[in-house]
Amino acid sequence: MEIAYFPGCTLKTTAKKLEDSALAVADALDINLKELPNWTCCGTVYSLAEDDLMRQVAPIRTLARTEALGYSTLTTLCSVCYNTLAQANLFVKADSIRLEKINNFMDEEPDYKGNVEVKHFLTILQELGTEKLKSAVKKDLSGLKVACYYGCLLLRPQSVGIDDCEQPYILENIMQALGTKPVFFPYQVECCGSYHTAVKPEIVARRVYRILENARENGANLVVTSCPLCYFNLKNRQKEIKKLYPGFKPMPIFYFTEIMTDAFGLTKTLENI
Amino acid sequence: MRIGVFICHCGKNIAGVLDIKRLVEEAAKLKDVAYATDYVYLCSEPGQKEIQQKIKELELTHVVIAACSPKMHATTFARAVEEVGLNPYLLEIANIREQCSWVHHDAPEEATEKALEIIRAAVAKVSLAKPLAPITVPLTRKVLVIGGGIAGIQAALDIANGGFEVYLVERSPSLGGHMAQLSETFPTLDCSSCILTPRMVEVARHPNIHLFTYAEVKNVEGIVGQYKVTIEQKPRYVDPDKCTGCGDCAEACPVIVPNEFDQGLGARKAVYVPFPQAVPLVYTIDLEHCLNTKRLIVCEQCYHACGPKAINYLMEPKEIEIEVGAIVLATGYDLLPLEALKEYGGGIYPDVLSGLEFERLLSASGPTGGIVRRPSDGKIPKRVVFIQCAGSRDPEHGCPYCSKICCMYTAKHALLYKHAVPDGEAYVFYIDVRAAGKRYEEFVQRVMEEERIVYLRGKVSKVFQRKDKLVVWGVDTLSGMAVEIEADMVVLATAIVPSKNTADLAKLLKAPIDEFGFLNEVHPKLRPVESSAMGIYLAGAAQAPKDIPDTVSQASAAASKVLGLFSQEELSLEPIKAEVNLENCDGCAYCVDVCPFDAITLVVEEDGHKHVEVKKALCQGCGCCMATCPKEGINVAGFTLNQLKAQIHALLKEDEDD
Repeated sequence: MEIAYFPGCTLKTTAKKLEDSALAVADALDINLKELPNWTCCGTVYSLAEDDLMRQVAPIRTLARTEALGYSTLTTLCSVCYNTLAQANLFVKADSIRLEKINNFMDEEPDYKGNVEVKHFLTILQELGTEKLKSAVKKDLSGLKVACYYGCLLLRPQSVGIDDCEQPYILENIMQALGTKPVFFPYQVECCGSYHTAVKPEIVARRVYRILENARENGANLVVTSCPLCYFNLKNRQKEIKKLYPGFKPMPIFYFTEIMTDAFGLTKTLENI
Repeated sequence: MRIGVFICHCGKNIAGVLDIKRLVEEAAKLKDVAYATDYVYLCSEPGQKEIQQKIKELELTHVVIAACSPKMHATTFARAVEEVGLNPYLLEIANIREQCSWVHHDAPEEATEKALEIIRAAVAKVSLAKPLAPITVPLTRKVLVIGGGIAGIQAALDIANGGFEVYLVERSPSLGGHMAQLSETFPTLDCSSCILTPRMVEVARHPNIHLFTYAEVKNVEGIVGQYKVTIEQKPRYVDPDKCTGCGDCAEACPVIVPNEFDQGLGARKAVYVPFPQAVPLVYTIDLEHCLNTKRLIVCEQCYHACGPKAINYLMEPKEIEIEVGAIVLATGYDLLPLEALKEYGGGIYPDVLSGLEFERLLSASGPTGGIVRRPSDGKIPKRVVFIQCAGSRDPEHGCPYCSKICCMYTAKHALLYKHAVPDGEAYVFYIDVRAAGKRYEEFVQRVMEEERIVYLRGKVSKVFQRKDKLVVWGVDTLSGMAVEIEADMVVLATAIVPSKNTADLAKLLKAPIDEFGFLNEVHPKLRPVESSAMGIYLAGAAQAPKDIPDTVSQASAAASKVLGLFSQEELSLEPIKAEVNLENCDGCAYCVDVCPFDAITLVVEEDGHKHVEVKKALCQGCGCCMATCPKEGINVAGFTLNQLKAQIHALLKEDEDD
């Protein structure tokens, strides 16, 4: 079955590593991803305004195009895109009048009928099953102690959460299937500081410091995540952390898919750490 | 036929919106209406007098009262018309308040039109009404009380003291319920078992109470006045008549399992009494953990240890059939499982406890002898964090309601902890402190000020382990600061949920429950201890979370309702029951299947002629049969198909002949 793939802006720029590795993983596991032609902005942040439908046009346009191309599933790699698209989808599915208004407004697009399911790539891997992942593993990664970091947008609100919002396990399951050892990591869903990174990087630095130190305390030798914004904050703010906490030792950060391509013998990313 | 129409102003409630003058004029023009008038408060004494006088003076044969909902005053007006000799079933209430003036206050003209339609429909319906007489059914003046906690104990004692027989059924091996597990009770700090145990003994000794512990209600049939109940007595494998409660068997038993009474924090043997003051003081072999099975006896230690030879491995479950006239449901509560609160480490870390677990640690007869110790390493915790509203007031956990008792017992816990560990620190996270009750607020103030407990207004987001400490992340919303506390122990005031099996039991009794599984009362204010299933009464936390004083009050209230019911020799029931029209009924029996009360049976006469028959006592007048019948072969008295048709035609402004 073909699955529509919505990259979003970050995957083509700062998170290119996530896209490259994820597409390689999909290839290795025979997941048939087809990038949507003419994709536009996902909407960036899901609008909580009930009555301002204009804010929903961007995600619904994407869903309408996906549906018109005959896809029933749309997958994303970016947590922000996932959250915005999935929430907008529920928002219009719950109320046909809203949907009609948005459809009327987008008269240049085909009408969206509500028949697309938005799934994060992690959910697709979960549905594939750990056995399939295990059988694709070519390299022994049993020495790797991994802290799996989720951030917020994959798990909340619960209506679109891909796993238990307090005690998620989906990343750990995948990491375990690859042969690595996920560590106990209570800070796994703590906020990374999100967009504060743009104007108040020290807020992010302080938060990320606590997150990474907690991973280290629990024996992790690297942290994996799936969210490009979390990844940026966890990785790039380590410079600021060093200034605030001189004793801080760097912590390697990877996209979960980078571990996967290494495990599948496609890359050798981990050799450098 | 001379119909009188009386229209109530209800002060401004109705008259402030509707054009009463026009209603009276139009009502007077309706067919068969001999008289129409209005009055400021028809339900008042002079209002009722006015109705009575006009009935006599004008020889009215039928009456329509256009006023509030029949739920409000149907009985008031029925009594009024009855006093002057009019059959109360020739009275119809047209609800022009709740269903008209209140909801359409912004559109008075249309509302007046609607009120007129409602009145027209009521007139059409009453014109086809027939006088009805209440039916009487036998009343078995015995009661079944389900649940042997403080609610069930209180209800059983009150009814038994009133002179009627009580069957008290408790699922566990002893009376007492959760109250027996508590250390001390707020706000007086009475020792819980000291005040409860005498009541338990009184139940066991009462000549009017038949006590069934380690038993469950298996089946209930029938209706108010005549329930047939099947009780299953589970086998204790110990003869209760021979057992002296000496405990020699437990001493000999080689199997040690967690004790449910101590919330799993202590241990018991496979042959056990839940706690030393258990009533009855009879040991029970828990076959699930005993080395013996139904088929194979491999261990006879207890058998040999038992002096009076009370042990009997071959005991079988017994079924006991009883007949009662009323049932009191006092099935109590459970706590939301700790596992549901993963963010607080519930079910993950041994030192994250529920309120009831902490209660056992505080109890002098508890697993630690009243010394507060951590389950993980036995150390005395020097810093304890109490988290209120753990699951309660939280739609995400399915319990948006307040569990009511947690503010008080948390204050009590903090106080008792400080008394047990004077150099310890106690923190309480709360949303609001709800201390509504006699001397409750004073108690909480005392805890806050004199015991120097730190109350932090805010929620906890997460609890996790760091080395041998529990890290609590919360917020103090008064100072606006994030708070991190390294604690030795965390106590969660977990939400109160209905006890398991309450829903099954409610289904068996056709007693409605709410969306959370608590038993529903008929009216939250005016009939708080009755279920809408007649003859079923509610007591205790099975209806909603409540503390001991409220539970005892409600149990006594339920008991007084039962005593009121039992003050009559026979039961008089409303005549609104299904009636079979033998001319039309051909015995197709569609109605038999749809009847939710199994009140309809199919009868085949000797000549092969078939028809259905209604057991009046069982019928609740719901009308499912009438709606299903394709031949107008069955009708609910007072709501016949013809009456309903006339009502609908009138609403649609059609003459029935059209």
